[in-house]
Amino acid sequence: MVSEPSPAARLNVLWLQSGGCGGCSMSLLGSRTGDLLRTLADAGVDLLWHPTLSEQTGADAVEVWRACAEGRTRLDVLCLEGAVLRGPAGTGRFHMAAGTGEPMATWVSRLAARARRVVAIGTCATYGGMTSGGANPSDACGLQYDGDTPGGLLGAEWRDPDGLPVVNVAGCPPHPDWMVETLVALGLGTFGASDLDPLGRPRSYADQLVHHGCPRNEYYEFKASAHKPSDLGCLMENMGCKATQAHGDCNTRTWNGSGSCLRGGFACIDCTAPGFEEPGHPFAETPKLAGIPIALPIDMPKAWFVALAALSKSATPRRVRENAVADHERVPPGIRNSGRK
Amino acid sequence: MKRIVVGPFNRVEGDLEVTLDVEGGVVRSARVCSPMYRGFEQILIGKKALDALTIVPRVCGICSVAQSAAAARALASAMQLRAPENGRLASDLVRATESAADHLTHFYLFFMPDFAREAYARRSWFAPVQARFQAMRGSAAAEALDARARLLDVMGLLAGKWPHTLALQPGGTSRAVHRHEKIQLLLALRAFRAFLEGKLFGDALERVAAIDDAAALAAWRDERPASASDFRAFLAVAEDLALERFGRAHDVFLSFGAYGPEGAPWLAPGVFDGALRPLEPATIREDVSHAWLADEGSRHPSRGVTRPAPDKADAYTWCKAPRLDGRVVEVGALARQVVDGHPLARDLVARGGGNVLSRVTGRLLELARMVPQMERWVTALAPGEPFCVTGGLPEDAMGMGLVEAARGGLGHWIEVRGGRIQGYQIIAPTTWNFSPRDAEGRPGPLEQALTGLPSGDDESAVLVQHVVRSFDPCMVCTVH
Repeated sequence: MVSEPSPAARLNVLWLQSGGCGGCSMSLLGSRTGDLLRTLADAGVDLLWHPTLSEQTGADAVEVWRACAEGRTRLDVLCLEGAVLRGPAGTGRFHMAAGTGEPMATWVSRLAARARRVVAIGTCATYGGMTSGGANPSDACGLQYDGDTPGGLLGAEWRDPDGLPVVNVAGCPPHPDWMVETLVALGLGTFGASDLDPLGRPRSYADQLVHHGCPRNEYYEFKASAHKPSDLGCLMENMGCKATQAHGDCNTRTWNGSGSCLRGGFACIDCTAPGFEEPGHPFAETPKLAGIPIALPIDMPKAWFVALAALSKSATPRRVRENAVADHERVPPGIRNSGRK
Repeated sequence: MKRIVVGPFNRVEGDLEVTLDVEGGVVRSARVCSPMYRGFEQILIGKKALDALTIVPRVCGICSVAQSAAAARALASAMQLRAPENGRLASDLVRATESAADHLTHFYLFFMPDFAREAYARRSWFAPVQARFQAMRGSAAAEALDARARLLDVMGLLAGKWPHTLALQPGGTSRAVHRHEKIQLLLALRAFRAFLEGKLFGDALERVAAIDDAAALAAWRDERPASASDFRAFLAVAEDLALERFGRAHDVFLSFGAYGPEGAPWLAPGVFDGALRPLEPATIREDVSHAWLADEGSRHPSRGVTRPAPDKADAYTWCKAPRLDGRVVEVGALARQVVDGHPLARDLVARGGGNVLSRVTGRLLELARMVPQMERWVTALAPGEPFCVTGGLPEDAMGMGLVEAARGGLGHWIEVRGGRIQGYQIIAPTTWNFSPRDAEGRPGPLEQALTGLPSGDDESAVLVQHVVRSFDPCMVCTVH
């Protein structure tokens, strides 16, 4: 039983959007943890303003931002969804915050300086994400990263008053639970430096691999691989799947009820990682060298992977081999003789 | 003349700023600014063609699978692929689920909370409407979010996740459906139907879909008190505030047609301007005279270019101005229903054109029509039959993908050279609706819809919000 926080301990959260698609908020609204607004309120989270949920608009909304920026309202958590747009030519004019005549990047810097904690929501706000893809036309970056490189808008050395870096709730989009759990933990005052992985991501989900709980695991074990979309086989060898290297609990937690990328029949593209938007190969193809995928399961020595793959391929049962290249199970599992006859 | 700048608009997707010139208590002209540019059309250049399927959903978090579907269709046309029946049905279900979720989000989270604002405190209906719809506090939001989350189980089953799936492929879908999953899909749709029939309409969907003119709508509204359902509550408010008199644009409605087999979609394509006319995509041009983009003349999107020119004189938005055969057109659920010939939508438009009442009613009418259709599509899925076919992409090819997103017609045009994307142009629904003036000075639909509105008191300030949100804008799509 969690006791209700006292009013003084309530957490004022301001949520802004910039160079992204709004999909993190859309994902958040799909939360299955019960009544989302009540869940947050019960944890002491007061949303001062959220673009999708709040009543205040126009001048009333700007006044909420201004009161935070000027210190008239205590700002406990600044959430930014979407990348920071620095262009053109460092002016930030690719996103002028409506009704204010100022670049959103300026607002974010100003508010981050006042916030007790800064949370980057989604891979655009954390590392730059898809908005920084290609030639990065808008000069997009994350709050504390520019792709793989620490820096971004606030700089590598930036720390909040408690000594924490930006909390990076990476994911494209993040699972609703990743956002809800982070906000609730912040509201309850239980979130600290030890909850962050080396890339600033909450370890609650980032300490797992997407591979964990993959329902295609038997196909993985035998290297029985899919060759085209809708095949049931393992997606690693041909279809570009990075679940054995990607951080996230997508297959133990599941999405929208029973889903995940792999369950949906398509590759994990490692969307919680910096630089996922530029993999250096087509997203849905596995780059290989001499027939072996270049990117091997994390923590696994290459020689062992190659040896085990060769062995398991030769040991593949007919059922697994045939079902791997079909879109439904053509061969059902055998039934063991109970020995009771 | 007084100039009023309104923004940021929340409870729309993305950022938006509107400038109103007011004289004599009336809005004389409006300029609509889409203030954010990310440059997806530039990001896509040089990528392998099929990478578009991963990149374009991320144009938009609320129309994500519509973007996927347009890209898949553009690639399918370049590859000359045709999805098998199962893939077509599954893709339709995924897109309809997104549209249904979006219509629900719009009504409950974006649009209705404005009637719970203090400006209306003296209205007779205020207390119950505030209790039900107030932002963050009203009783409806939690119920609607729960219904929405349950509906999105369809995405978990058919698309892996929402937003941002890679399940929609040029040759069908990547996720075949098993026999028992058909039952799960039906259960998710039944739960959604139960919410719609219990809370939104207070009536069977089929009865709502059968309402055939404005008089029948009024009679239906009066069958039960306004408190009996959320749609009735809206209709009562709309009557009191005369919402059918506000927000009229050019009354030329465009739909690309939606769902069902190619060539025979469930919702018909076309243009309606008092009479139904055939759709001619070749007559689309994008004008950039008032956008912060290099102007190389008005172009068909298959030859379109997007190059920022942030210091351009006379420009006031990042949004291009698409025109159809030189005409300013409106897209959206109302346009789809009008073009398809639904008698209620046609009658509402005959009486007052596109306006706050008809646009919102068009959206809810579409929900009532769509969910029974989705139930039929689930029933038609044939587990064991193929969901996806594959094929090669020519090294050099052109493709076009026209679909209907929740907010209206969405088009993708792709040019492939040497297997890589040489050109990629997107015209999103709100690009049409929130377009700026064109070279001839003709305002876009929202600019027109705001002109003539009263201005000066608290209620008229909120009226601007109703008109803007009646279009259900998606600003991240608009500029992309």
